[in-house]
Amino acid sequence: MSATMTQKAEAQKPASAPAGARKPRRRALGIDRRPGWITYACLGAIFLGGAYPLWWSYIAGSSPSSVLSSQWPPLLPGGLFWKNVGEVLDTVPFWLSLGNSLIVSSIITISVVFFSTLAGYAFAKLRFRGREGLMVFVVATLAVPTQLGIIPLFMVMKQFGWTGTLGAVIVPTLVTAFGVFFTRQYLVDVIPDELIEAARVDGASMIRTFWHVGVPAARPAMAILALFTFMTAWTDYLWPLLVVPQNPTLQVALSQLQSAKYVDYSIVLAGAVMATIPLLVLFILAGKQLVSGIMAGAVKG
Amino acid sequence: MTSTLTPPEQATKPSRPRATRTEGLTLRHRLGRLDVKYSPYIYVAPFFILFGLIGLFPLVYTFVVSLNHWNLLTGPGEWVGFDNFVTELKDPFFWNSLFNTMSIFLLSAIPQLIAATFIAAILDQNIRAKTFWRMSVLLPYVVTPVAVTLIFSSAFDEKYGLINNLLTAIHLDPIMWKTEVFPSHIAIATMVNWRWTGYNALILLAAMQAVPRDVHESAALDGAGSFRRFFSITLPSIRPTMIFVIITATIGGLQIFTEPKLFNATSATPGGPQRQYQTTVLYLWDLAFNRQDFGRASAVAWLLFILVVLIGLINFELSRRIASSEARVSKRRAKKRLAAYNADRPTGAQTQRADAADAASTTAAPGAHTQEKDS
Repeated sequence: MSATMTQKAEAQKPASAPAGARKPRRRALGIDRRPGWITYACLGAIFLGGAYPLWWSYIAGSSPSSVLSSQWPPLLPGGLFWKNVGEVLDTVPFWLSLGNSLIVSSIITISVVFFSTLAGYAFAKLRFRGREGLMVFVVATLAVPTQLGIIPLFMVMKQFGWTGTLGAVIVPTLVTAFGVFFTRQYLVDVIPDELIEAARVDGASMIRTFWHVGVPAARPAMAILALFTFMTAWTDYLWPLLVVPQNPTLQVALSQLQSAKYVDYSIVLAGAVMATIPLLVLFILAGKQLVSGIMAGAVKG
Repeated sequence: MTSTLTPPEQATKPSRPRATRTEGLTLRHRLGRLDVKYSPYIYVAPFFILFGLIGLFPLVYTFVVSLNHWNLLTGPGEWVGFDNFVTELKDPFFWNSLFNTMSIFLLSAIPQLIAATFIAAILDQNIRAKTFWRMSVLLPYVVTPVAVTLIFSSAFDEKYGLINNLLTAIHLDPIMWKTEVFPSHIAIATMVNWRWTGYNALILLAAMQAVPRDVHESAALDGAGSFRRFFSITLPSIRPTMIFVIITATIGGLQIFTEPKLFNATSATPGGPQRQYQTTVLYLWDLAFNRQDFGRASAVAWLLFILVVLIGLINFELSRRIASSEARVSKRRAKKRLAAYNADRPTGAQTQRADAADAASTTAAPGAHTQEKDS
């Protein structure tokens, strides 16, 4: 809902600017003025604060561990990154866990997006008895910490003999209340009721109307939801650690790098860098969408 | 598709009179009617069924487990009523874990909110390369908590860590980040802050952008400088969003697990040798899967659950009150200013635009969905 509104509001600004004599006046007042160098210095410092830990882990991951104990940290990477990568591959099943994480996150994403769009569409655009009450229920469950139900979930998984299989990781996150809420908020304003009525008058069944009117309209929201669901599933640690320690996801495998009595940080950090690369690629490709998703109110999943 | 979905519904429908009423209609029409009536339920059903199975059932069953002696390996023992709860409320380790959780939460939430507001205010200016800078503050968010913890746990290492090396390089005493209580809390809060500050800054930025430019403009006309405008206009209008950020931070912060779990791999007890930074979820984990006492662990889960819901409700109630009174005051103020401002403008075209911007901003605030909950 807010997504479209902000976009509209933003699109409006540049369009209206040349029309009025508003802009120069604003500049004279000090609004919309290009800020000075202090602003950019601050932004640069914030950027460095965000990027330096990553850069430093690359430096550490490409150097012998003796470098880590030097008083002044080195600023340039050493040449041992591939050797350390080899050590990581020898210590933990990196490729297996990467594949596992891809499978788990993809299935969860598809499921959450599909079921959320379906339910969100019904809540936003269809009239049925009990709609308001059920929606209140969905919103209320947003604040329920379902993570605290791990003990019975673990017992159930054990009972079914699912522990150690990816199904045990996937099943508990197949739907989220947040997804339903998010798509509902988006669709409420996006689809005009007349459009649905028109489709109905033309003889389209409910499911066809959903498929040909609802889904195309929901696409932007679905993309954002998919992005955030994927990230949440990818970063999850507690539950996979519990059910698939032997058949790990990437996060579990990564954490196993430092489970030894003696921790070799150059190998651990090489692993951290390796594990960050997939999401870094995603960030470069879809960072813009992530930013607009967060600003549109796509909150913590 | 329709025909495959509806027949079972039709079979269960006993209402005879209704059937006679629709007798004149063709089968197609009748199916269409059932389609309209029952399809919405079919669409929302998967969510409720799955959520019941994987969200609600475990929570309820946790309560059942908490009323029994229950071992991880041997299964349910005898019914003990609320004994597990009593044991936990008397256990100093439980209170220690609660203290640690609250301490880490406060150390992360407060600086984070201040920093995020500051960053958002910087980004809210008319800067060049907007998208680049917005993306740049989000960079830490793509590093997973496990990787963040590994990176920072090496930086906070007591003997060879980056930070202690720097401290000794400038002739200060190294800090025992992994042994002392308060420093360890700061270290863990740092990890949380590093990952989430930029994210929250973007949420707050969206709220700041929703403040109508005209309000800023008329304030500037009245001679308010940028600092004055920030404290008198920007801060009050983003308050609902801030509360929203606080609520989500609370729900997440009270369940912190990954960072304390992986902070010190050489410690046999999760959360530090003397449980210096053992949070409640970590304590629950230790109780359930190391000490294998499912009964007591479930009691802890429920105590934490009650705490989270309670704090959530308090937050919600507070936010509702503040948001409604704030909205009323600021709306009135903005309207007055706009009216005064428009009065001395000759053209009608710009007034219209101002109205449109105003209307857009009232609906566009991302905090709006927190308010929407009670409507």
